[in-house]
Amino acid sequence: MDINNPQNYEAEHVHRVYELIASHFSATRFKPWPIVEGFLKGLPIGSIGLDLGCGNGKYLTVNENVFMIGSDRSTALVQIAHDLKTQDSLIADTLELPHPDSRFDFAISIAVIHHFSTTARRIASIRSILATLKPSSNSETNGGKALIYVWALEQPNSKRGWKEGDPQDVMVPWQTSEGYSGVKGGSGKLSKGDKVVTYQRYYHLYREGELVQDIVAAGGIVLESGYERDNWWAICAPPHR
Amino acid sequence: MKILTTNYISCAVKACKSTSLSFPLHFQDAVLVQEEVDFKPEFITNILPRIEWEALKITAVELGFTTLPAQKPEATEEAPLDPQVLKDLHTLLLETQVTEGKLVCANCKHVYNIHQGIANFLLPNHLALPLIMITNF
Ligand SMILES: [Zn+2]
Repeated sequence: MDINNPQNYEAEHVHRVYELIASHFSATRFKPWPIVEGFLKGLPIGSIGLDLGCGNGKYLTVNENVFMIGSDRSTALVQIAHDLKTQDSLIADTLELPHPDSRFDFAISIAVIHHFSTTARRIASIRSILATLKPSSNSETNGGKALIYVWALEQPNSKRGWKEGDPQDVMVPWQTSEGYSGVKGGSGKLSKGDKVVTYQRYYHLYREGELVQDIVAAGGIVLESGYERDNWWAICAPPHR
Repeated sequence: MKILTTNYISCAVKACKSTSLSFPLHFQDAVLVQEEVDFKPEFITNILPRIEWEALKITAVELGFTTLPAQKPEATEEAPLDPQVLKDLHTLLLETQVTEGKLVCANCKHVYNIHQGIANFLLPNHLALPLIMITNF
């Protein structure tokens, strides 16, 4: 894929699309992934963290005993997240976060960094996430940690059937009806007779080992990593200081 | 935007991060509302050590709250925090929200807007990180 200006490319093929499909997208997103749920529920009471690329905010309420600030580039999605009341949300870009360094106990980035269109920008986004976390000491117990979750190239059981060796930079269609107005909690399913509109979103599909490699390139320490339902995930910490 | 959140917000401009002027951001024309949130004493007790107290004092004064103690209240084994102190902090940090207004960086003077409770930290192109800085490494 030849991308001359990745910022403009992402504005067109990621940000604009989410803005247009926000309500429909949100209606299809309410079940948390088990790894994410486990990570959030395991946090001590009073932990303070970030959900970077929070979308409709479905993870903000998984654990009511921690305080989370969700952020997303899409105003339409943040407006949906903001209705949740118990946590907070704002509009921000993961590469230019409005947060002081080294203050947070945790951060999650779920299905976000695969939308950055170059390796350098994906690594820069991980570096930006790590910078927000409390530095870890050698004991690795008192520092902040981040959970990063990305779409996998290896998806043998998905209907898309991507596998090792396939192209990693792809456009993935999102089908919605013309003038869809999703009611929160609705099914988000299209009904018969709807005029279908297809939007294309850019994704970088991560191959096995690539997420860990990018975290190391960003200076992070990988604590745990694995594969869950067509996604690669890793829990990481900032470098020792 | 909750007052607790403001204690975790700085200027989004990379060059500002290294100066102490970029934190906290400063409120202008703030409109406040109170919204009830369940009071959980243990939660507030655990949040308290994480707060940057000097920054919170600045924010509180800008928003018209002048009763914050000069020193951060601290709990010890023998003397847990007064429940009323926790309740007051709960009200300020979690129940008080800024619905409209501006946040200004004292370093670069950039103004971030808050509208319908949502602050927007997207930078105009000329302030965003130059492409070259993140592509050349
Ligand atoms: Zn600034």
